[in-house]
Amino acid sequence: MTAETTILLSLLIPALGAVGIAVSSRWPNVRESVTLVTAGLLMINVWSLIPGIMDGGRPFVSLFEFLPGVAIAFRVEPLGMLFAALASGLWIVNSIYSIGYMRGNKEKHQTRFYICFAIALSAAMGIAFADNLLTLFLFYEILTLSTYPLVSHKGDQPTVRSARTYIGILLGTSIGLLLPAILWTLSAAGTLTFTEGGILAGKLSGPEVGLLLGLFAFGVGKAALMPVHKWLPAAMVAPTPVSALLHAVAVVKAGVFSITKIIVYIFGIDFLDAEPSAAWLPLVAAFTVVAASIVALRQTNLKRLLAYSTISQLSYIVLAAAVLKPLSEIGAAIHMVTHAFGKITLFFAAGAIYVASKKTELHQLHGIAHRMPWTMAAFTIGALSMIGVPPTAGFVSKWYILGGALEAQNYVAIFTLVASTALNAAYFLPIIYRAWVAPERPLPESSPYRNHGEAPWPMVVALTTTAALTLIFFIYNQPVLDLEAQLVGRNP
Amino acid sequence: MSEILGLFNYWVFVLLMVIGFYAVIAKPNLIKKLLGLSIFQAAVFLLFISMGKVDGGTAPIIQNGNWDAVFSNPLPQVLILTAIVVGISTLALGLAIVVRIKEAYGTIEEIDAIASGEATQLQQDSGESKQ
Amino acid sequence: MSLASQLPALQVAVPMLTAPLVALLRDSHLSWAAAFAASAMSFVLAIAITGQVIGGETLVYHMGGWAPPFGISLYIDELSALLLLIITGAATLTLLAGRGSLEEQVGEARMPLFLAAWLLTLAGLAGIVVSGDAFNIFVFMEISSLATYILVSGGPQRRALTAVFKYLITGTVGATFYLIGVGMVYMMTGTLNIADMEVRLAEVSDRNVVYVAAGFITIGLALKAAIFPLHAWMPNAYTFAPHIVTAFIAACSTKVSLYVLLRLDFFVFQKNLVDHELQFAYLLMPLAVIGILYGSIAAIFEQNLKRILAFSSVAQIGYILLGASLISVAGFTAAVLHFFNHALAKTALFLAVACLGLQFAKMRLEDLRGVGRSMPWTLAAFAGAGLSLIGVPGTAGFVSKWALIGAAMEKGAPGAALVALILFSSLLAVVYVWRIVEVTWFGHGGEQAKAAGGGPITEAPLWILTMTWVAVLANFWFGFDSSLPMQLASSSAEEFLRHQP
Repeated sequence: MTAETTILLSLLIPALGAVGIAVSSRWPNVRESVTLVTAGLLMINVWSLIPGIMDGGRPFVSLFEFLPGVAIAFRVEPLGMLFAALASGLWIVNSIYSIGYMRGNKEKHQTRFYICFAIALSAAMGIAFADNLLTLFLFYEILTLSTYPLVSHKGDQPTVRSARTYIGILLGTSIGLLLPAILWTLSAAGTLTFTEGGILAGKLSGPEVGLLLGLFAFGVGKAALMPVHKWLPAAMVAPTPVSALLHAVAVVKAGVFSITKIIVYIFGIDFLDAEPSAAWLPLVAAFTVVAASIVALRQTNLKRLLAYSTISQLSYIVLAAAVLKPLSEIGAAIHMVTHAFGKITLFFAAGAIYVASKKTELHQLHGIAHRMPWTMAAFTIGALSMIGVPPTAGFVSKWYILGGALEAQNYVAIFTLVASTALNAAYFLPIIYRAWVAPERPLPESSPYRNHGEAPWPMVVALTTTAALTLIFFIYNQPVLDLEAQLVGRNP
Repeated sequence: MSEILGLFNYWVFVLLMVIGFYAVIAKPNLIKKLLGLSIFQAAVFLLFISMGKVDGGTAPIIQNGNWDAVFSNPLPQVLILTAIVVGISTLALGLAIVVRIKEAYGTIEEIDAIASGEATQLQQDSGESKQ
Repeated sequence: MSLASQLPALQVAVPMLTAPLVALLRDSHLSWAAAFAASAMSFVLAIAITGQVIGGETLVYHMGGWAPPFGISLYIDELSALLLLIITGAATLTLLAGRGSLEEQVGEARMPLFLAAWLLTLAGLAGIVVSGDAFNIFVFMEISSLATYILVSGGPQRRALTAVFKYLITGTVGATFYLIGVGMVYMMTGTLNIADMEVRLAEVSDRNVVYVAAGFITIGLALKAAIFPLHAWMPNAYTFAPHIVTAFIAACSTKVSLYVLLRLDFFVFQKNLVDHELQFAYLLMPLAVIGILYGSIAAIFEQNLKRILAFSSVAQIGYILLGASLISVAGFTAAVLHFFNHALAKTALFLAVACLGLQFAKMRLEDLRGVGRSMPWTLAAFAGAGLSLIGVPGTAGFVSKWALIGAAMEKGAPGAALVALILFSSLLAVVYVWRIVEVTWFGHGGEQAKAAGGGPITEAPLWILTMTWVAVLANFWFGFDSSLPMQLASSSAEEFLRHQP
């Protein structure tokens, strides 16, 4: 099988999986098996591309001309490879978790849920492998639309209202800002293809560069730069598996991935570095990192806290990418992985707590670690990774980002990293302390969840796996480093 | 003076057109609106016929093998024959609709106000049913 | 003469000659079958004609073999072919889908006569498009308009009558204005043939008459095309017409008037008016801009599903006009593309409305709360077509929006303002489409009590649903493969702007 076929299969497998899920909707066990098999096949398929990419191959496939001069085309490069490998790998874990969550919670419309999930993954693959901005935009919008039914899953009034915020901001920014940015790029550069070294150098100058960068940075609303971040807390009304895979990994990573890719392959690092009007991006990213952390401090709901933490962590990646040094670009790429591992663990834990005990607020979590030791152990590892404490994955990426920031002598970035580490500690450590040390406040006699234990086993397996990954990545991360070194290696 | 009198037909055209147009816009009665429309169209017929007239021209029929006579332009007359048919059809259809409106509403005056009043009524009804 | 060379005449003759036959058939089913056969035949003819003209070929056909200046000529270029595809395609698809809906709303007894009017509308619209003669255009315009009035007045509510009366008055005034303009041009040039008009107008010394003629023609056609602020007849006509009729006329009737407007303005007047582009652009561009904003905002505040879509049409006509008023090849291409893509989206949307209409007497949003739960396929089709209306990538609407924004970007600073406007109104479209999506899928209450028969609400019959989905999938198909409309649009833009330096 050639790499070209593999690329197309990456898009087709989840899409066909969605059909399979629809067909088998009457038999839940078959349906869930279809999901798992699809996820497994997708992962094998996507991961089979990795060796070729490591050897410097850049498989390319062009489907057909979509609009004059722009084709629907895919090319695998290190950054996209990493994103696709990450999303496809975590989909398996998340599927196992979803089955436990959806059944444990007796959710309705489970078929719709799994179908939309599969379509979202297909769109994520399209984003990862997109060879030009238009292809990326196409799948970006499919991802937005396919996740809408997931966010509005519950269907009651508050949920629908939040889902409206979600779709409104994501569609609004993409149509209102990203689309003109793409057209502007096309008219300035004459192409939309992601090219090493960028395509805009010499085509634009002065304030135009900063303006275009702004259209891109805020147009990619999924990256949740302030002030277009509101959709992410709103999306927390979704079932937790959605928050875990989509709003900690696939959707938000698609956002920062797009921004990183635009910075590296559309603008080009050197071009942006030489252009003073683009210097605002690190500042906005830094502001978002700090401000979102401060907002997170004030949250009382666990999932909303995690959402603001995600906003803050996403801007780490944007900040790292915007520092425009090779080391920090690698740091940005790695942070996508480490944050994914850590945050999905945290969300898994939050969902497990909800299914087992229906607890959602921080003040309810006193002493919960004694009832759910596995879950809270995983939560602790995830939280430490967010803060960046060794031996967790978060330390590795922060190390590289800091290295890049020092190289660039970007004191804003350095200060932001230090400050936000402190803030992260300030909002995660109290939770861990309460859960493990503080005495439990028992639920009333009447509550059916009074004597809850761990959540259903698939959920525990899933969150343990991701927590383990968080630890393992600290020790064994060389392949990812090698892969991402290529991102900047050819681009001195 | 001949400027004005020589263009007599066109002055009538303008006058008829304005009268017809005024009736269409200002008259609340539907039949009067249609009458206005007919006058408006008739004005345009006059315009076309006038422009086909050649000074001293006769009807464009070859009589007694005389090919040299000055003829009026027959084409506008043919066109207007068609336009008259169109106009009559429009009038007939319009009147038919007025008959139906009379059957449905019982009046042909100020029908817009009644119809939009109906719409407000509907909205109020639904507003009440909501509560 | 081979049959292939007779296609332009057949395009009009087939539906027109079938119409009396259909009227004579007393049986509802038989008459429907005959009407459908004629529509489908027209569609096939349109495809054949498109095949003939697509390389840049122009078909000129002399009726009865009489060459101009004495005979009447038919003239088909690529833009005409594209419109023929839209008209006949929409007529065929909606007729195929809509038998059940028409029988319910119009009644079986009236069907033969109603379908005869349907075919006359089709013949008239096709006639306008193939005609190369300004007066013939008037005649066909009146044929199609008179037949359309009959179609609209078939609506089940009595307000259909007042709506159609307004439509009749406005339409007749518009057509008469057009006739005055054509008369003036004839007075100066002595010809009614559009191609000859262009040449001979150049020799006319009195420019004032040309201006007045252009003014009358523009205003008359703007009335018929429902260009803001002359759109007042349209929302009610669309709302109270039978649903299937709305699906048909929303796809093509205003567009055909716009087509005539563009043809005369660019073919006849462009070369012959000093600063034509300024007059054209300065008059029409502000109207287009205000129309886009007004239509979108009015759509947001409307409570009736069909009125929302009607006001959205006001905005979409604004898009077409905006593209044309840029007076550039890119802009004109975008306008022509939007002819096609908007017709696709609106047909699909109104077909979905027709599906709903089989279950609901009225189309108020509050009655439709939560209907997505009982009619998921219908509402999914509606949402899909709605995405095309918004212009989400992968749908036909995106293609024309892309082209339009690209064309506006060529215009420097004012162009940037237009880009902002287009994007802003796209966001307004998100709002009014999403409002419907939300109410129909997630609303509560209302859906059970208001069912037409009083029974529980069920999914629309398979047949109409299939046809609706055909229309929706066409939106996606042409969203990914836009080569056919793109080719027709760009080469007709080249042709129309050939006098542009």
